[in-house]
Amino acid sequence: MKMQAQSQDSTPFVQLRNASLAYGGEGQQLLAVDDISMSIEQGEFIAIVGPSGCGKSSLLKLVSGLHPALKGEVIVDGKAVTSPISICGMAFQNSTLLPWRTTLDNVLLPLQIVQPFAGNFRRHRREYVEKARHLLASVGLLEFEKKYPWELSGGMQQRASLCRALIHDPRVLLLDEPFGALDAFTREDLWEVLQTLWVEKRPTVVLVTHDLREAAYLADTIYVCSPRPGKIVSRNEMHFPRPRSLETTFEPDFVDTVQLLREKIARH
Amino acid sequence: MPKPFLTRLVPWAVTLGFFVLWELACWGFRVDRFILPRPSEIAVSIIKHYPAILLNSWQTLYTTLVGFALAVGFGLCLGLLIGALPAVYAGLYPILVGLNSIPKVAVVPVLVIWFGIGTVPAIITAFVISFFPIMVNVATGLATIEPELRDVLRSLGASRLQILWRVGMPSAMPYFFASLKVAVTLAFIGSIVAETVASDRGIGYLMIAASARFDVPLVFAGLLVIALMGVIMYEVFSYIDRRVTFWAIRGNEMIS
Repeated sequence: MKMQAQSQDSTPFVQLRNASLAYGGEGQQLLAVDDISMSIEQGEFIAIVGPSGCGKSSLLKLVSGLHPALKGEVIVDGKAVTSPISICGMAFQNSTLLPWRTTLDNVLLPLQIVQPFAGNFRRHRREYVEKARHLLASVGLLEFEKKYPWELSGGMQQRASLCRALIHDPRVLLLDEPFGALDAFTREDLWEVLQTLWVEKRPTVVLVTHDLREAAYLADTIYVCSPRPGKIVSRNEMHFPRPRSLETTFEPDFVDTVQLLREKIARH
Repeated sequence: MPKPFLTRLVPWAVTLGFFVLWELACWGFRVDRFILPRPSEIAVSIIKHYPAILLNSWQTLYTTLVGFALAVGFGLCLGLLIGALPAVYAGLYPILVGLNSIPKVAVVPVLVIWFGIGTVPAIITAFVISFFPIMVNVATGLATIEPELRDVLRSLGASRLQILWRVGMPSAMPYFFASLKVAVTLAFIGSIVAETVASDRGIGYLMIAASARFDVPLVFAGLLVIALMGVIMYEVFSYIDRRVTFWAIRGNEMIS
Protein backbone atom coordinates (compact mmCIF):
# COMPACT_ATOMS: atom_id res chain seq x y z
CA MET A 1 0.00 0.00 0.00
CA LYS A 2 2.90 2.34 0.61
CA MET A 3 3.52 4.43 -2.42
CA GLN A 4 4.77 7.82 -3.43
CA ALA A 5 2.04 10.34 -4.08
CA GLN A 6 1.93 10.82 -7.80
CA SER A 7 -0.23 13.16 -9.80
CA GLN A 8 -2.41 11.17 -12.12
CA ASP A 9 -4.29 12.56 -15.08
CA SER A 10 -4.97 16.05 -13.67
CA THR A 11 -2.67 18.33 -11.71
CA PRO A 12 -3.31 17.99 -7.99
CA PHE A 13 -5.29 20.74 -6.28
CA VAL A 14 -3.15 20.87 -3.15
CA GLN A 15 0.51 20.05 -3.35
CA LEU A 16 3.21 20.03 -0.72
CA ARG A 17 6.73 19.67 -2.03
CA ASN A 18 9.39 18.84 0.58
CA ALA A 19 7.68 21.30 2.90
CA SER A 20 9.01 21.90 6.40
CA LEU A 21 7.61 24.11 9.13
CA ALA A 22 9.31 25.32 12.29
CA TYR A 23 8.20 27.38 15.27
CA GLY A 24 10.36 29.77 17.23
CA GLY A 25 12.89 32.33 16.17
CA GLU A 26 16.40 32.09 14.78
CA GLY A 27 18.75 29.70 16.51
CA GLN A 28 16.22 27.76 18.57
CA GLN A 29 13.81 26.64 15.93
CA LEU A 30 11.63 23.68 16.70
CA LEU A 31 10.90 21.63 13.64
CA ALA A 32 7.23 20.61 13.67
CA VAL A 33 6.96 18.92 10.28
CA ASP A 34 9.84 17.94 8.07
CA ASP A 35 10.16 17.29 4.39
CA ILE A 36 6.50 16.59 3.67
CA SER A 37 5.42 15.84 0.15
CA MET A 38 1.84 15.04 -0.75
CA SER A 39 -0.62 15.65 -3.52
CA ILE A 40 -4.33 16.03 -2.96
CA GLU A 41 -6.75 15.88 -5.87
CA GLN A 42 -9.59 18.35 -6.15
CA GLY A 43 -12.53 17.05 -4.18
CA GLU A 44 -10.46 14.39 -2.44
CA PHE A 45 -11.00 13.70 1.23
CA ILE A 46 -7.75 12.98 2.99
CA ALA A 47 -7.05 12.27 6.62
CA ILE A 48 -3.80 12.71 8.50
CA VAL A 49 -3.33 10.42 11.47
CA GLY A 50 -0.46 9.97 13.84
CA PRO A 51 0.62 10.13 17.47
CA SER A 52 -0.09 13.34 19.34
CA GLY A 53 2.48 16.06 18.85
CA CYS A 54 3.47 14.87 15.41
CA GLY A 55 2.76 18.19 13.80
CA LYS A 56 -0.58 17.25 12.27
CA SER A 57 -2.05 20.64 13.03
CA SER A 58 1.05 22.33 11.63
CA LEU A 59 0.29 20.70 8.33
CA LEU A 60 -3.04 22.52 8.27
CA LYS A 61 -1.25 25.79 8.99
CA LEU A 62 0.93 25.14 5.96
CA VAL A 63 -1.98 24.44 3.65
CA SER A 64 -4.07 27.37 4.91
CA GLY A 65 -1.12 29.72 4.61
CA LEU A 66 -1.40 30.74 8.26
CA HIS A 67 2.22 29.77 8.80
CA PRO A 68 4.82 29.97 6.04
CA ALA A 69 6.92 26.96 5.08
CA LEU A 70 10.50 27.05 6.30
CA LYS A 71 11.67 25.01 3.34
CA GLY A 72 9.91 23.61 0.32
CA GLU A 73 6.72 24.69 -1.32
CA VAL A 74 2.98 24.62 -0.77
CA ILE A 75 0.82 25.00 -3.84
CA VAL A 76 -2.96 25.34 -3.77
CA ASP A 77 -4.97 25.70 -6.96
CA GLY A 78 -1.83 26.25 -9.01
CA LYS A 79 -0.57 29.13 -6.85
CA ALA A 80 2.23 29.09 -4.31
CA VAL A 81 0.85 29.76 -0.82
CA THR A 82 2.56 32.66 0.92
CA SER A 83 -0.24 34.21 2.94
CA PRO A 84 -3.65 33.01 4.21
CA ILE A 85 -5.75 31.69 1.33
CA SER A 86 -9.33 32.82 1.65
CA ILE A 87 -10.70 29.83 -0.28
CA CYS A 88 -10.50 27.62 2.80
CA GLY A 89 -12.82 26.90 5.67
CA MET A 90 -11.59 25.71 9.04
CA ALA A 91 -13.05 23.91 12.03
CA PHE A 92 -11.34 22.91 15.25
CA GLN A 93 -11.88 20.64 18.22
CA ASN A 94 -13.15 23.70 20.04
CA SER A 95 -16.10 25.05 18.09
CA THR A 96 -14.81 28.68 18.42
CA LEU A 97 -18.27 30.10 17.85
CA LEU A 98 -18.77 33.69 18.95
CA PRO A 99 -20.89 33.67 22.12
CA TRP A 100 -22.52 37.02 21.37
CA ARG A 101 -23.87 35.87 18.02
CA THR A 102 -26.78 33.55 17.45
CA THR A 103 -26.14 30.29 15.63
CA LEU A 104 -27.37 31.83 12.39
CA ASP A 105 -25.20 34.93 12.77
CA ASN A 106 -22.21 32.75 13.58
CA VAL A 107 -22.68 30.83 10.35
CA LEU A 108 -22.93 34.14 8.46
CA LEU A 109 -19.62 35.43 9.83
CA PRO A 110 -17.39 34.32 6.91
CA LEU A 111 -19.71 36.06 4.46
CA GLN A 112 -19.03 39.32 6.28
CA ILE A 113 -15.29 38.86 5.77
CA VAL A 114 -14.62 36.94 2.58
CA GLN A 115 -14.88 38.79 -0.72
CA PRO A 116 -16.96 39.06 -2.83
CA PHE A 117 -19.64 38.31 -0.21
CA ALA A 118 -18.49 40.93 2.31
CA GLY A 119 -18.74 43.75 -0.23
CA ASN A 120 -22.41 43.13 -0.96
CA PHE A 121 -23.44 41.61 2.36
CA ARG A 122 -26.08 44.22 3.12
CA ARG A 123 -27.65 44.06 -0.31
CA HIS A 124 -27.71 40.27 -0.46
CA ARG A 125 -28.35 39.68 3.21
CA ARG A 126 -31.68 37.95 2.63
CA GLU A 127 -30.16 35.59 0.10
CA TYR A 128 -27.22 34.81 2.41
CA VAL A 129 -29.50 34.18 5.35
CA GLU A 130 -31.44 31.69 3.21
CA LYS A 131 -28.17 30.00 2.27
CA ALA A 132 -27.15 29.76 5.92
CA ARG A 133 -30.54 28.44 6.95
CA HIS A 134 -30.38 25.84 4.20
CA LEU A 135 -27.00 24.71 5.49
CA LEU A 136 -28.25 24.64 9.09
CA ALA A 137 -31.24 22.60 7.97
CA SER A 138 -28.97 20.06 6.30
CA VAL A 139 -27.20 19.40 9.62
CA GLY A 140 -30.47 19.42 11.56
CA LEU A 141 -29.96 22.72 13.35
CA LEU A 142 -32.61 24.90 11.75
CA GLU A 143 -34.76 25.10 14.85
CA PHE A 144 -31.75 26.34 16.82
CA GLU A 145 -30.85 29.20 14.49
CA LYS A 146 -31.89 31.83 17.04
CA LYS A 147 -30.10 30.14 19.94
CA TYR A 148 -26.72 31.24 21.22
CA PRO A 149 -23.80 28.79 21.04
CA TRP A 150 -23.73 28.32 24.80
CA GLU A 151 -27.32 27.14 24.63
CA LEU A 152 -26.31 24.29 22.31
CA SER A 153 -24.82 20.91 23.15
CA GLY A 154 -21.24 20.12 22.14
CA GLY A 155 -22.37 18.15 19.11
CA MET A 156 -24.68 20.94 17.94
CA GLN A 157 -21.87 23.46 18.35
CA GLN A 158 -19.66 21.34 16.08
CA ARG A 159 -22.45 21.10 13.51
CA ALA A 160 -22.73 24.89 13.55
CA SER A 161 -18.96 25.16 13.31
CA LEU A 162 -18.99 22.94 10.21
CA CYS A 163 -21.69 25.14 8.69
CA ARG A 164 -19.59 28.21 9.37
CA ALA A 165 -16.61 26.52 7.71
CA LEU A 166 -18.68 25.76 4.61
CA ILE A 167 -20.93 28.79 4.16
CA HIS A 168 -18.64 30.61 1.75
CA ASP A 169 -18.29 27.48 -0.41
CA PRO A 170 -14.58 27.06 0.29
CA ARG A 171 -12.68 24.85 -2.09
CA VAL A 172 -10.56 23.49 0.77
CA LEU A 173 -11.96 22.40 4.11
CA LEU A 174 -9.40 22.05 6.89
CA LEU A 175 -10.53 20.14 9.96
CA ASP A 176 -8.38 19.90 13.08
CA GLU A 177 -9.77 17.07 15.23
CA PRO A 178 -13.25 18.55 14.89
CA PHE A 179 -14.95 15.74 16.78
CA GLY A 180 -12.18 15.10 19.33
CA ALA A 181 -14.10 16.43 22.32
CA LEU A 182 -17.40 14.68 21.59
CA ASP A 183 -18.79 11.46 23.00
CA ALA A 184 -18.69 8.37 20.78
CA PHE A 185 -22.35 8.46 19.72
CA THR A 186 -22.34 12.14 18.79
CA ARG A 187 -19.04 11.70 16.98
CA GLU A 188 -20.41 8.89 14.81
CA ASP A 189 -23.49 10.98 14.02
CA LEU A 190 -21.24 13.77 12.86
CA TRP A 191 -19.18 11.47 10.63
CA GLU A 192 -22.36 10.93 8.70
CA VAL A 193 -23.20 14.65 8.69
CA LEU A 194 -19.74 15.51 7.40
CA GLN A 195 -19.85 12.81 4.74
CA THR A 196 -23.19 14.11 3.49
CA LEU A 197 -21.95 17.69 3.38
CA TRP A 198 -18.83 16.59 1.52
CA VAL A 199 -20.78 14.58 -1.05
CA GLU A 200 -23.07 17.55 -1.62
CA LYS A 201 -20.41 20.25 -1.94
CA ARG A 202 -17.32 18.24 -2.77
CA PRO A 203 -14.64 20.49 -1.26
CA THR A 204 -11.12 19.15 -0.92
CA VAL A 205 -10.91 18.07 2.71
CA VAL A 206 -7.88 17.70 4.97
CA LEU A 207 -8.93 16.08 8.23
CA VAL A 208 -6.50 15.82 11.11
CA THR A 209 -7.51 13.22 13.65
CA HIS A 210 -6.16 10.57 15.96
CA ASP A 211 -9.26 8.46 15.66
CA LEU A 212 -8.35 5.79 13.10
CA ARG A 213 -11.94 4.62 12.65
CA GLU A 214 -12.95 8.19 11.93
CA ALA A 215 -10.19 8.51 9.35
CA ALA A 216 -11.08 5.22 7.68
CA TYR A 217 -14.79 6.03 7.65
CA LEU A 218 -14.41 9.47 6.10
CA ALA A 219 -11.28 9.61 4.00
CA ASP A 220 -10.31 8.52 0.50
CA THR A 221 -6.67 8.57 1.47
CA ILE A 222 -5.04 8.34 4.88
CA TYR A 223 -1.55 9.64 5.54
CA VAL A 224 0.24 8.31 8.58
CA CYS A 225 2.55 10.74 10.34
CA SER A 226 5.65 9.90 12.41
CA PRO A 227 6.37 11.55 15.78
CA ARG A 228 7.99 14.99 15.85
CA PRO A 229 9.29 16.24 13.57
CA GLY A 230 6.37 14.88 11.58
CA LYS A 231 7.05 13.04 8.36
CA ILE A 232 4.66 11.12 6.17
CA VAL A 233 5.45 7.44 6.68
CA SER A 234 2.68 5.86 4.68
CA ARG A 235 -0.14 6.62 2.32
CA ASN A 236 -3.20 4.40 2.40
CA GLU A 237 -6.14 4.47 0.04
CA MET A 238 -9.56 3.57 1.38
CA HIS A 239 -11.73 1.83 -1.14
CA PHE A 240 -14.86 1.25 0.90
CA PRO A 241 -17.88 2.14 -1.23
CA ARG A 242 -19.74 5.36 -0.48
CA PRO A 243 -21.89 6.41 1.13
CA ARG A 244 -20.33 4.68 4.09
CA SER A 245 -22.48 3.96 7.10
CA LEU A 246 -21.88 2.91 10.63
CA GLU A 247 -22.38 -0.70 9.48
CA THR A 248 -19.33 -0.29 7.24
CA THR A 249 -17.19 0.15 10.32
CA PHE A 250 -18.08 -3.33 11.56
CA GLU A 251 -17.18 -5.15 8.37
CA PRO A 252 -14.08 -7.34 8.66
CA ASP A 253 -12.33 -5.48 5.86
CA PHE A 254 -12.76 -2.16 7.69
CA VAL A 255 -11.68 -3.59 11.03
CA ASP A 256 -8.57 -5.08 9.42
CA THR A 257 -7.68 -1.78 7.77
CA VAL A 258 -7.97 0.08 11.05
CA GLN A 259 -5.81 -2.57 12.71
CA LEU A 260 -3.20 -2.21 9.97
CA LEU A 261 -3.11 1.57 10.43
CA ARG A 262 -2.70 1.13 14.15
CA GLU A 263 0.33 -1.10 13.58
CA LYS A 264 1.87 1.42 11.22
CA ILE A 265 1.61 4.13 13.83
CA ALA A 266 2.92 1.90 16.59
CA ARG A 267 5.97 0.99 14.53
CA HIS A 268 7.27 4.56 14.52
CA MET B 1 -35.21 34.65 35.25
CA PRO B 2 -36.69 36.63 38.18
CA LYS B 3 -34.97 36.03 41.46
CA PRO B 4 -37.10 34.63 44.27
CA PHE B 5 -38.68 37.21 46.54
CA LEU B 6 -36.48 36.30 49.49
CA THR B 7 -33.26 36.81 47.52
CA ARG B 8 -34.39 40.25 46.47
CA LEU B 9 -35.31 41.09 50.06
CA VAL B 10 -31.94 40.13 51.53
CA PRO B 11 -29.90 43.23 50.49
CA TRP B 12 -32.55 45.56 51.94
CA ALA B 13 -32.84 43.56 55.15
CA VAL B 14 -29.09 43.41 55.67
CA THR B 15 -28.67 47.16 55.02
CA LEU B 16 -31.48 48.00 57.38
CA GLY B 17 -30.04 45.61 59.97
CA PHE B 18 -26.68 47.34 59.67
CA PHE B 19 -28.16 50.73 60.56
CA VAL B 20 -30.27 49.28 63.37
CA LEU B 21 -27.17 47.63 64.83
CA TRP B 22 -25.24 50.89 64.51
CA GLU B 23 -28.02 52.79 66.28
CA LEU B 24 -28.21 50.23 69.08
CA ALA B 25 -24.45 50.05 69.51
CA CYS B 26 -24.11 53.85 69.81
CA TRP B 27 -26.97 53.91 72.22
CA GLY B 28 -25.81 50.89 74.25
CA PHE B 29 -22.15 51.91 74.56
CA ARG B 30 -23.08 55.57 75.02
CA VAL B 31 -20.86 56.69 72.14
CA ASP B 32 -20.45 60.44 71.96
CA ARG B 33 -22.03 62.02 68.88
CA PHE B 34 -18.72 63.81 68.23
CA ILE B 35 -17.07 60.43 67.83
CA LEU B 36 -19.74 58.48 66.01
CA PRO B 37 -23.22 59.92 65.56
CA ARG B 38 -26.21 57.63 65.52
CA PRO B 39 -27.97 57.02 62.17
CA SER B 40 -31.02 58.83 63.51
CA GLU B 41 -28.89 61.90 64.27
CA ILE B 42 -27.41 61.69 60.76
CA ALA B 43 -30.90 61.51 59.31
CA VAL B 44 -31.92 64.60 61.27
CA SER B 45 -28.81 66.38 59.98
CA ILE B 46 -29.63 65.41 56.41
CA ILE B 47 -33.12 66.83 56.74
CA LYS B 48 -31.84 69.99 58.39
CA HIS B 49 -29.14 70.66 55.79
CA TYR B 50 -31.18 69.34 52.90
CA PRO B 51 -30.66 72.24 50.42
CA ALA B 52 -26.88 72.43 50.97
CA ILE B 53 -26.47 68.67 50.68
CA LEU B 54 -28.49 68.54 47.49
CA LEU B 55 -26.57 71.40 45.90
CA ASN B 56 -23.19 69.93 46.78
CA SER B 57 -24.25 66.41 45.77
CA TRP B 58 -25.09 67.67 42.31
CA GLN B 59 -21.68 69.28 42.08
CA THR B 60 -19.94 66.06 43.11
CA LEU B 61 -22.10 63.95 40.82
CA TYR B 62 -21.37 66.32 37.96
CA THR B 63 -17.58 66.37 38.38
CA THR B 64 -17.51 62.62 38.94
CA LEU B 65 -19.54 61.79 35.84
CA VAL B 66 -17.66 64.20 33.58
CA GLY B 67 -14.33 62.78 34.78
CA PHE B 68 -15.67 59.28 34.44
CA ALA B 69 -16.96 59.90 30.92
CA LEU B 70 -13.52 61.16 29.90
CA ALA B 71 -11.99 58.05 31.48
CA VAL B 72 -14.36 55.79 29.56
CA GLY B 73 -13.51 57.47 26.26
CA PHE B 74 -9.76 57.55 26.74
CA GLY B 75 -9.62 54.20 28.54
CA LEU B 76 -11.51 52.44 25.76
CA CYS B 77 -9.43 53.96 22.97
CA LEU B 78 -6.08 53.47 24.63
CA GLY B 79 -7.05 49.99 25.85
CA LEU B 80 -7.93 48.94 22.31
CA LEU B 81 -4.73 50.48 21.04
CA ILE B 82 -2.37 48.80 23.49
CA GLY B 83 -4.33 45.55 23.34
CA ALA B 84 -4.16 45.40 19.55
CA LEU B 85 -0.63 46.70 19.04
CA PRO B 86 2.03 45.15 21.29
CA ALA B 87 4.52 47.83 20.24
CA VAL B 88 2.31 50.60 21.63
CA TYR B 89 1.88 48.60 24.81
CA ALA B 90 5.62 48.10 25.22
CA GLY B 91 6.22 51.78 24.59
CA LEU B 92 3.59 53.24 26.91
CA TYR B 93 3.71 50.64 29.67
CA PRO B 94 6.35 52.27 31.93
CA ILE B 95 4.77 55.71 31.73
CA LEU B 96 1.26 54.42 32.34
CA VAL B 97 2.23 52.30 35.33
CA GLY B 98 4.32 55.16 36.68
CA LEU B 99 1.46 57.63 36.38
CA ASN B 100 -0.94 55.20 37.99
CA SER B 101 1.42 54.68 40.93
CA ILE B 102 1.34 58.37 41.88
CA PRO B 103 -1.13 58.96 44.73
CA LYS B 104 -3.83 61.15 43.29
CA VAL B 105 -3.96 63.35 46.42
CA ALA B 106 -0.44 64.46 45.54
CA VAL B 107 -1.56 65.64 42.12
CA VAL B 108 -4.39 67.86 43.32
CA PRO B 109 -2.17 70.78 44.49
CA VAL B 110 -0.51 70.80 41.07
CA LEU B 111 -3.91 70.87 39.39
CA VAL B 112 -4.93 73.77 41.61
CA ILE B 113 -1.85 75.72 40.47
CA TRP B 114 -2.82 75.03 36.87
CA PHE B 115 -6.57 75.39 36.96
CA GLY B 116 -7.41 77.13 40.21
CA ILE B 117 -9.72 75.91 42.95
CA GLY B 118 -13.04 74.35 41.98
CA THR B 119 -14.55 72.11 39.36
CA VAL B 120 -11.70 71.39 36.96
CA PRO B 121 -9.26 69.73 39.41
CA ALA B 122 -12.09 67.50 40.66
CA ILE B 123 -12.97 66.39 37.13
CA ILE B 124 -9.34 65.68 36.29
CA THR B 125 -8.73 63.75 39.49
CA ALA B 126 -11.84 61.65 38.88
CA PHE B 127 -10.57 61.04 35.36
CA VAL B 128 -7.02 59.98 36.20
CA ILE B 129 -8.11 57.66 39.00
CA SER B 130 -10.76 55.81 36.99
CA PHE B 131 -8.98 55.75 33.65
CA PHE B 132 -6.41 53.07 34.43
CA PRO B 133 -8.66 50.09 35.33
CA ILE B 134 -10.80 50.70 32.23
CA MET B 135 -7.78 50.73 29.95
CA VAL B 136 -6.20 47.66 31.52
CA ASN B 137 -9.44 45.68 31.36
CA VAL B 138 -10.08 46.50 27.71
CA ALA B 139 -6.53 45.49 26.81
CA THR B 140 -6.90 42.26 28.82
CA GLY B 141 -10.19 41.51 27.09
CA LEU B 142 -8.52 41.79 23.71
CA ALA B 143 -5.81 39.37 24.80
CA THR B 144 -8.39 36.68 25.56
CA ILE B 145 -9.25 35.94 21.92
CA GLU B 146 -8.77 32.23 21.29
CA PRO B 147 -5.85 31.58 18.90
CA GLU B 148 -8.03 29.16 16.90
CA LEU B 149 -10.65 31.84 16.42
CA ARG B 150 -7.97 34.21 15.20
CA ASP B 151 -6.86 31.47 12.78
CA VAL B 152 -10.39 31.01 11.47
CA LEU B 153 -10.65 34.71 10.72
CA ARG B 154 -7.15 35.04 9.31
CA SER B 155 -7.69 32.05 7.04
CA LEU B 156 -10.73 33.87 5.66
CA GLY B 157 -8.45 36.74 4.77
CA ALA B 158 -9.59 39.05 7.57
CA SER B 159 -7.42 42.09 8.25
CA ARG B 160 -6.22 43.00 11.73
CA LEU B 161 -8.84 45.72 11.84
CA GLN B 162 -11.58 43.29 10.86
CA ILE B 163 -10.50 40.84 13.56
CA LEU B 164 -10.48 43.69 16.08
CA TRP B 165 -13.94 44.84 15.02
CA ARG B 166 -15.67 41.47 14.65
CA VAL B 167 -14.04 39.58 17.49
CA GLY B 168 -11.72 41.72 19.59
CA MET B 169 -14.15 44.48 20.54
CA PRO B 170 -17.09 42.22 21.39
CA SER B 171 -14.97 39.82 23.43
CA ALA B 172 -13.48 42.74 25.35
CA MET B 173 -16.93 44.10 26.24
CA PRO B 174 -17.52 42.00 29.39
CA TYR B 175 -14.13 43.16 30.71
CA PHE B 176 -14.95 46.73 29.76
CA PHE B 177 -18.31 46.76 31.53
CA ALA B 178 -16.92 44.98 34.57
CA SER B 179 -14.31 47.71 34.81
CA LEU B 180 -16.96 50.44 34.57
CA LYS B 181 -18.57 49.26 37.79
CA VAL B 182 -15.27 49.55 39.62
CA ALA B 183 -14.17 52.70 37.82
CA VAL B 184 -17.30 54.70 38.60
CA THR B 185 -16.81 54.18 42.33
CA LEU B 186 -13.15 55.12 41.91
CA ALA B 187 -14.21 58.29 40.11
CA PHE B 188 -16.18 59.30 43.22
CA ILE B 189 -13.04 58.84 45.30
CA GLY B 190 -11.15 61.04 42.86
CA SER B 191 -13.59 63.92 42.79
CA ILE B 192 -14.12 63.87 46.55
CA VAL B 193 -10.38 63.79 47.27
CA ALA B 194 -10.00 66.86 45.08
CA GLU B 195 -12.95 68.61 46.73
CA THR B 196 -11.56 67.83 50.15
CA VAL B 197 -8.11 69.19 49.35
CA ALA B 198 -9.02 72.19 47.25
CA SER B 199 -12.53 73.24 46.41
CA ASP B 200 -15.34 75.52 47.44
CA ARG B 201 -18.07 73.18 46.28
CA GLY B 202 -19.11 69.55 46.45
CA ILE B 203 -19.72 66.95 49.13
CA GLY B 204 -16.00 66.76 49.92
CA TYR B 205 -15.95 70.48 50.63
CA LEU B 206 -19.17 70.21 52.66
CA MET B 207 -17.58 67.57 54.88
CA ILE B 208 -14.38 69.54 55.40
CA ALA B 209 -16.40 72.63 56.27
CA ALA B 210 -18.62 70.63 58.62
CA SER B 211 -15.72 69.02 60.43
CA ALA B 212 -14.14 72.44 60.93
CA ARG B 213 -17.31 73.32 62.83
CA PHE B 214 -17.27 69.96 64.67
CA ASP B 215 -20.62 69.19 63.04
CA VAL B 216 -19.86 65.46 63.00
CA PRO B 217 -23.41 64.37 62.07
CA LEU B 218 -23.17 66.48 58.92
CA VAL B 219 -19.78 64.93 58.10
CA PHE B 220 -21.41 61.52 58.33
CA ALA B 221 -24.36 62.77 56.32
CA GLY B 222 -21.87 63.59 53.57
CA LEU B 223 -20.31 60.13 53.82
CA LEU B 224 -23.72 58.54 53.59
CA VAL B 225 -24.66 60.56 50.53
CA ILE B 226 -21.39 59.58 48.81
CA ALA B 227 -22.00 55.92 49.61
CA LEU B 228 -25.53 56.16 48.28
CA MET B 229 -24.42 57.78 45.01
CA GLY B 230 -21.73 55.11 44.67
CA VAL B 231 -24.24 52.30 45.16
CA ILE B 232 -26.67 53.83 42.65
CA MET B 233 -23.99 54.31 40.00
CA TYR B 234 -22.66 50.81 40.56
CA GLU B 235 -26.17 49.43 40.10
CA VAL B 236 -26.71 51.48 36.94
CA PHE B 237 -23.57 50.09 35.31
CA SER B 238 -24.23 46.64 36.65
CA TYR B 239 -27.61 46.76 34.94
CA ILE B 240 -26.13 47.97 31.65
CA ASP B 241 -23.46 45.28 31.94
CA ARG B 242 -26.06 42.55 32.36
CA ARG B 243 -28.07 43.79 29.40
CA VAL B 244 -25.20 44.27 26.99
CA THR B 245 -22.97 41.31 27.81
CA PHE B 246 -25.64 38.79 28.76
CA TRP B 247 -23.79 36.18 26.74
CA ALA B 248 -20.77 36.30 29.01
CA ILE B 249 -22.79 35.77 32.18
CA ARG B 250 -24.86 32.89 30.78
CA GLY B 251 -27.03 31.27 33.39
CA ASN B 252 -24.77 32.17 36.28
CA GLU B 253 -26.53 34.68 38.48
CA MET B 254 -23.90 34.59 41.19
CA ILE B 255 -21.64 37.04 39.36
CA SER B 256 -24.33 39.50 38.41
